[in-house]
Amino acid sequence: MSDLLLLVPFVAVVLLYLLPKRARAVGLWVAFGILALEAAAAVLDRFATVDVGLLAPLEKLLGFHLATDGLSGLVILCTGLVGMAALLVARRTLESVNERFLFANLVLVAVVGINGMAMVRDLFSLYVFVEVTAVATVILVAAGRGDHVLEGAWKYIFLSVVASVLMLTSLGFFLLSTGGITLDAARTGLAANAPLAWIAMALFLCGLFVKGAMVPFHGWLADAYTAAPAPVSVFMAGIVTKASGIFALLRIAQSTLGGATPGREILLVVGAVTIVVGAFLALTQTNFKRMLAYSSISQMGYIVLALGGDLHLGILAAGLHFFNHAVSKSQLFANAAAVEKQLGTLDIDEMGGLGARMPVTAGTSAVASLSIAGLPPLAGFWSKLLIILALWNAKEYAFAAVAILASLVTLAYFLSLQRKVFFGKPLEKWAGAREASAGLLVPAVALALVTIALGIGFPFALRILLGGGA
Amino acid sequence: MTIEMPQSFWLYFTFFVLLLVDGLWCMLATRNLVRILIGLEILMKSVTFFLIAAGYLSGRMALAQALVVTVIVIEVVVVVVVAGIILGFHRKHDSLDVGNTKRMKG
Amino acid sequence: MIWFTLLLVVLVLAALWASMTTTLLRATLGLALASALLSVVMFSMGATLAAAMELSVCAGLISVVLVSVASLTRPRSIQEEIASRRSRLRRIWPLPLVLIAGGVALSFVHAPVDIVLRLPAGDGDVRTVLWSMRQLDLFGQILILLAGALGVLVLFRKEAKDDD
Repeated sequence: MSDLLLLVPFVAVVLLYLLPKRARAVGLWVAFGILALEAAAAVLDRFATVDVGLLAPLEKLLGFHLATDGLSGLVILCTGLVGMAALLVARRTLESVNERFLFANLVLVAVVGINGMAMVRDLFSLYVFVEVTAVATVILVAAGRGDHVLEGAWKYIFLSVVASVLMLTSLGFFLLSTGGITLDAARTGLAANAPLAWIAMALFLCGLFVKGAMVPFHGWLADAYTAAPAPVSVFMAGIVTKASGIFALLRIAQSTLGGATPGREILLVVGAVTIVVGAFLALTQTNFKRMLAYSSISQMGYIVLALGGDLHLGILAAGLHFFNHAVSKSQLFANAAAVEKQLGTLDIDEMGGLGARMPVTAGTSAVASLSIAGLPPLAGFWSKLLIILALWNAKEYAFAAVAILASLVTLAYFLSLQRKVFFGKPLEKWAGAREASAGLLVPAVALALVTIALGIGFPFALRILLGGGA
Repeated sequence: MTIEMPQSFWLYFTFFVLLLVDGLWCMLATRNLVRILIGLEILMKSVTFFLIAAGYLSGRMALAQALVVTVIVIEVVVVVVVAGIILGFHRKHDSLDVGNTKRMKG
Repeated sequence: MIWFTLLLVVLVLAALWASMTTTLLRATLGLALASALLSVVMFSMGATLAAAMELSVCAGLISVVLVSVASLTRPRSIQEEIASRRSRLRRIWPLPLVLIAGGVALSFVHAPVDIVLRLPAGDGDVRTVLWSMRQLDLFGQILILLAGALGVLVLFRKEAKDDD
């Protein structure tokens, strides 16, 4: 089963290019179907049980040595949900059939990369899949029509190569210190306190911090998100950056660091600084997408901070926050796409009173904002609570305080966003604005429902999401 | 060709660091996009060298070579994509000046 | 040993030339030369397959790409070219001194380094490792080539379309 998650999207891309050009409209729906299956597989069977009959010899032939656990299931579920949302947004915002076809194909390639990251047990293969995802995403950004797409793409790939250099250097040190590059070898090296292994781990973490846009390596993210076409920013913000930076950190914290002190301290400090800097930068933004981008940076800081807390609770909290943020942030970017399509601008200062004209967009974006800000009973509240508990259990009271205080800043910038865009007096200028078309509302409403449902049914959902893994 | 090979970690490490510094400096001293790409390539040379040296010193040469082969394939794809971006850039701004990427705000 | 060290010195010199020389074309040549020298280094260390890849792909293919980029993007005017050259030289001249100083400083370091026990017989043949243990990386290679092909389709076709 796990091999199919890599093979099916890959084969689909190849086959789609064999289709005659008139049939290209089907590409989007093929990709949608594959992602729906992926999400369903993640929810229903958690991968282990389908390995019978035909698949066993295939897996033996391929020899991919993949492994799945709760964490991989989580990422794969997020990929499915976010990917479907991005494809629906693409259907309404990309103009030509060819653009949509290309978008669907590149999303599928990136999805293979993300699925690979979710299931590898080897640091080099992790690097390979991170790179695959990065290349596919850069092309997605550069393929857009906006004014700054090339600038955004350039910054993204530039930082991506710098991150690769860090990771490859780290792999060299792992070879020297442990003789292997699997996660298990890394764990053994770190447990034996080999100095070279710690140098290697620090370098690998730095590479992932660049990928995950942790402060001080966050510069590229806001530009890339803002420059990217609407569906691409949904996809990037929802899953790409999270999978290639943050999920890899989760995996390493879970299977190599083992709660050792030096690693935890790095994660705590970087996480806390990122939360605070990202939140304050978000407060000062006037562009809708740019504000969401800085908010993403800040929220990913929370995930990293959680990893510095109590090991088991921390990973549980980080995984849950990962899911919540993936859902809510991709939904907010879908809302931004709806607003942009109606008004033709993303400047918050020019907006106002849109709530009366776009009630569904306003309502769903309020749900997502409040969830990310951590208001009960929405899903984001529970994950923030768990993060704070994880820090408390590890006796990191100061960092727990940072997490609580920064969530006030989060609330502040989201309220200011809501107020400026949706509340207040309806402006004359936007008298012609209408609610977005159903195609753009479906993903927003669906994702908002996920947030609400997960918030209310939290104890049950927790068992489904991370039952076996954490 | 039989050259007696040094076994000292520091010799390899020294030259790795020199190449790395060279590449970084090359990137930071210029405003030309193509030169930045050349700087990135020098960085990639340095890590390729380091990986092979690590494989050699630890006796895992086959593994290190397998990794380097993959790295080279990735490297060439990245270079082609970056080249495409640079060409698009040049067409749009009629310049290779990196200052144009910084102008973006808002 | 002395020959090998000299080879590495020449490699760094080639890279230095690539980063300091005045025209893009020469910089590209410098990079190709560095790449070729690196492949000699790898060959003499016994990494024959990787050396062959480095020579054909990096010194060959990448140089072709870079040369065509350099020739497709001519500078706007001679004056501008000279001005940018001056400003760059101002920033890059300390580099050789830094490299020499760094090399000399590092050559005095002899701290013991805990390297993992060396496998006496090596770890086998690279082809066996690549094809029977690293299949996932091979799949990754195919995938990234596919992504690259899509990228060429997008980035270079856009070029042609907009020129009309």
